[in-house]
Amino acid sequence: MRIRVDPEKCQGHARCIGVAPRLFDVDDYGLSSVTQDPVPKELEDKACLAVANCPEYAIEVVSD
Amino acid sequence: MTTTEPVNDWTKDFDILDTGYVADPFGIWAELRDRCPIAHTDRRGPTWMPTRYEDVTAIAHDVEHFSSRRVAVIPLQATGGQESGRVGENGPSLEYGLPPISADPPLHTWTRRLLLPWFSHRRVTDYMPFTQETCRRLLDQLEGAQEVDAAVDYAQQIPVRVIAHVLGVPSDMADTFTGWVREVLEFADDEEKRRHGILSLIEFFVAELKVRREQPGDDLLSELLQTEVDGASLADSVVLGMAVLLLIAGVDTTWSAIGSSLWHLASHPDDRDRLVSDPGLMSVAVEELLRAYSPVTMARVVTEDVEYGGCPMRTDDKVLMNFPAANRDPEIFEDPDTVRLDREHNRHVAFGSGIHRCAGSNLARMELQVALEEWLARIPRFSMADGKTVTWAGGQVRGPRILPVRIG
Repeated sequence: MRIRVDPEKCQGHARCIGVAPRLFDVDDYGLSSVTQDPVPKELEDKACLAVANCPEYAIEVVSD
Repeated sequence: MTTTEPVNDWTKDFDILDTGYVADPFGIWAELRDRCPIAHTDRRGPTWMPTRYEDVTAIAHDVEHFSSRRVAVIPLQATGGQESGRVGENGPSLEYGLPPISADPPLHTWTRRLLLPWFSHRRVTDYMPFTQETCRRLLDQLEGAQEVDAAVDYAQQIPVRVIAHVLGVPSDMADTFTGWVREVLEFADDEEKRRHGILSLIEFFVAELKVRREQPGDDLLSELLQTEVDGASLADSVVLGMAVLLLIAGVDTTWSAIGSSLWHLASHPDDRDRLVSDPGLMSVAVEELLRAYSPVTMARVVTEDVEYGGCPMRTDDKVLMNFPAANRDPEIFEDPDTVRLDREHNRHVAFGSGIHRCAGSNLARMELQVALEEWLARIPRFSMADGKTVTWAGGQVRGPRILPVRIG
């Protein structure tokens, strides 16, 4: 599983790092980025939670 | 504090200051979503109010047609509806409003960028020890009491001290700051009070900025004064507007979120006990409490005639960004009127949506979490006090202002 943050959509709500701190980093301006690519198996549930909690629909699962 | 004519038809004559609505707006939103998802009123000027998540977020994203230059849900008449004011005839004024909240790009973009690092996800952990200490000191003072006012004696006291700490202004002026901010936000129909509040804030910050210009510290305001954008320092009224905004935005909002959350826990003992026995649930629960009791409604102004959702919106009409109603939309949230502390899928927009996402959201979230953790650690059992009335403030910011709870 691979995920990405669309920097055009991300507005810095920081919900992704809240539900999946091991998968995301958020910079000083709120922009989020994915820190593990691909997502480790054991964190796939967390990745899905991040997708489902983003108010801007900015996180997407990348299909291979 | 405000008397309003009774509302007979919420679809075309709504009143967000109606006392019943302020105390319990949830049923009205549900009805509006079904019958007339974008309601209208002519009270206090032509105003539209979307109640569906999809509409609220779409309008928040369309910054071209929906400007933030007037974000007060009830405009300040004395200042022509602008979030401005002037001290004396030629005195300092807020000619740029309160950027970035009352600004559109490009002013919005660069003023916001100056503030964001002070409230970043990482940075707010620096403010956590101060927040914990503040909560503990307040709880010390409640020690031994059988009944306390969880709004006045606790919730109200926390955010104002934290934002004063961040701004580097005296936190022992907390009560004074709170008074000014309430005058601006909570006395919608009392022009004199609102004017007094905004002018007091201006006067206070003009003096604070003068001190920092002469002796810069390492605080946010000093840094703004030393900042250069495109080779020039910021205009005085831009820095002043940002300072006033930070205090206004940092006080009523988070205090309301803490108060509403304690109201919920006082009236839902199962949820209260669950959080006490499972503190690991707190961060998810905080998001759910933010969703269910979102305090903040902002306004937008229509920039040119536009039809949205079948509604003929005219230039200068106001649109209320009803984020609290969006967060109870059954299209997005299963069983939205039930608080589920462990709600896993929760795309709430309590902090707004789009480019105006609350710049202080990380700080607010930290404060809410710390305030609840500290309260529950000290007061694990509490409930609504018998025979006492809870009072709510509404309009721009909704939350309990008097919240008597019995301890034990």
